[in-house]
Amino acid sequence: MDWSYTIWIPLLPFVGFLLLGFYGRKLPAPVPGWIGTIGVFGALVLSYITAYNYFFVENTDMLFEPIKGFEMLWMNFTDVLQFKMGVLLDPISVMMMVVVSTVSFLVHLYSIGYMKGDPGFGRFFVSLSLFTFAMLGLVVATNLFQIYFFWELVGVSSYLLIGFYYEKPSAILASKKAFIVTRFADFFFLIGILIISYYTQTFDFLTLNGMDETSFTSLSASSFMGMSVLAWALTLAFIGGAGKSAMFPLHIWLPDAMEGPTPVSALIHAATMVVAGVFLVARLFPMYSHVDGGAVLHIVAFVGAFSSLFAAIIALTQLDIKRVLAFSTMSQIGYMMLGLGVSGLEGHEGLGYTASMFHLFTHAFFKSLLFLGAGAIIHAVHSNYMTKMGGLRKYLPITHITFLIAALAISGIWPFAGFFSKDAILDAAYMHNKIYFWVGWFVAGLTAFYMFRLYYRIFWYEDRVYKHTPHEAPATMTYPLMILGALSLLAGFVFFYVWPFAEYIGPTGKPFHMHINWILAGISLGVALIGIVLATIMYKKKNDIPDKVSKAFGLFYKWTYDKFYFDEIYMFVTKKIMFGIISAGWTWFDTNIVDGTMNLIGNTTVKSSNAIKKLQSGRMQDYAYAIVSGAVALVIIFVYIWTH
Amino acid sequence: MIQGVGITHVLIVSTLMFFIGIYGFLTRKNLITILIAIELILNSVAINFIVINKYLFPEKINGQIFSLFIIAVAAAEVAIAIAVVIDFYRINKSIDVEHGETMKY
Repeated sequence: MDWSYTIWIPLLPFVGFLLLGFYGRKLPAPVPGWIGTIGVFGALVLSYITAYNYFFVENTDMLFEPIKGFEMLWMNFTDVLQFKMGVLLDPISVMMMVVVSTVSFLVHLYSIGYMKGDPGFGRFFVSLSLFTFAMLGLVVATNLFQIYFFWELVGVSSYLLIGFYYEKPSAILASKKAFIVTRFADFFFLIGILIISYYTQTFDFLTLNGMDETSFTSLSASSFMGMSVLAWALTLAFIGGAGKSAMFPLHIWLPDAMEGPTPVSALIHAATMVVAGVFLVARLFPMYSHVDGGAVLHIVAFVGAFSSLFAAIIALTQLDIKRVLAFSTMSQIGYMMLGLGVSGLEGHEGLGYTASMFHLFTHAFFKSLLFLGAGAIIHAVHSNYMTKMGGLRKYLPITHITFLIAALAISGIWPFAGFFSKDAILDAAYMHNKIYFWVGWFVAGLTAFYMFRLYYRIFWYEDRVYKHTPHEAPATMTYPLMILGALSLLAGFVFFYVWPFAEYIGPTGKPFHMHINWILAGISLGVALIGIVLATIMYKKKNDIPDKVSKAFGLFYKWTYDKFYFDEIYMFVTKKIMFGIISAGWTWFDTNIVDGTMNLIGNTTVKSSNAIKKLQSGRMQDYAYAIVSGAVALVIIFVYIWTH
Repeated sequence: MIQGVGITHVLIVSTLMFFIGIYGFLTRKNLITILIAIELILNSVAINFIVINKYLFPEKINGQIFSLFIIAVAAAEVAIAIAVVIDFYRINKSIDVEHGETMKY
């Protein structure tokens, strides 16, 4: 089969981006939105065709070998150092391109309604199309160079979209913070890429994943602090992924990124870009599990489990609904990292990998649904704070139902999508290490509690009188909600029973059977129900239990509310220690010697020109006087020379 | 050639005219007076041409042609200069050269 058409999957949004970028901003309001949406719709259709061909036509033997659909030499330096661009088709990249194009298409459609009347309407769709292009280019990357290239492009478009409301100082600060923190992490990723390519002489994923344990050992004889050089390189690459995926301790940018428009939060900071880190580890998964016998995966699992718990605790107390969702995203990505970290490579050992990808898949739908629902609520109430909400179920019936579906899905209630994927991750964690299972189990309870706290505070709690009666969003906004609602309801069920996920997507492309361990599923379902019941008692009707509980927790409640002071710690470290002490000498050198030299040159020019500018007086008699006296002086000089 | 009058006498006259013109050009404030001073300078140069042609190279007429040329140029120049002065007056309601100081730093 000829797969070269797949190059159009990233290129169609790029064409949309170019059209919008050059001509789009002059067009009247809905037109740029439709141009962008059509571009992404093309990518959506092509990815569905590709998925159908890949999973059901090409590989009927259920062995999913990677295919290079397209590859071109982009920059050729030497025989070894070659940068290539291409399209790699394997189970996870096909799955990711379906997720990205689906969510991106729905978010484009939703944004036509959401951004209506905004002066930056055209600019918004330019950035959104750029993002879609970059994200699709990232997921189909054939080599480390390409993934890094698009990695930075999604970072840039994320920066542009977080800072979309550039009149707001808080949005500017948030976009800078997101860019600097992720860029800081990307620096480690770059070093990791350089080390990997130096030792293995290749960027290509298929070559890297095709090597076995002994060849990696022979490549990296030198070791440092008990790990081989390649293991360190993979750790550095994971730090890059942790920065993009907002894992602890590089998570500080994600809550602030909620300053962007809500569709952006749904697309970039919930469904697609933030899972790039998970995708990176999954993409290099055979290499991760071969180098040093999977030593790096222990780090991945620990960071994932810790971030998941940490974020879930913070999400309990936040009042800004988008921040609750942001911490919830961080927590769910922690789950995915945990799933990858506890996974093995062969057969049923690969359950963690499959579960992680499955959770990525379902999470993209229900989390973008939650964000888009939050967008509809904010659209109606004009506030981000749940203290300004309550009793909204009467005004926003569609949003209410879809939000409830998403909340049930993320809480892991059967038969909603989250149940199957979360249960698979917990199952894999239980096989690997019981402590991780109990952490994940506890987080499942916390998740159910804070999601239903959010749900009740928005839709029930108290009936209040609104200044402007809230009204349901227009059709372009409610249809995406309903489609995502259906996906959140069905994606888990269908991809567990009809087309079992594990038979299509596994670490080695070989199928295995995934089944529910009903004992583990039962106790995680139990803790989720306890969380929901607690939330119902505390938040369904306004009462004083929440206040009592928060008083009982005292200082811990305040720490949680202030996100454990991580922003303050970072500010202290960067401002006081790094800028104040470590780099003080350089700062002095820079301001006094480097800047001083330049200022001296500049000031001298300015001062001397100020001094002599009076010569240009505008009086032509002055000029004539200068000419005459000059001529006379010359005459005197020449006469003097001739006569002596 | 006038009997008893040497070349130096005429040159002294033209030099005096030249420097009177320079002086007038540098010190007068009225644009018309400055124009007259320029005419003095031009005429002193024209005299120089004729005198030097007559006393040093009597068989040639180059100097005379040059002075005719200067007179023609001076006529054209006066026409333009008067037009400039009229425009200047329309803008500034004055022909005082101190009002023409706008083109400076």
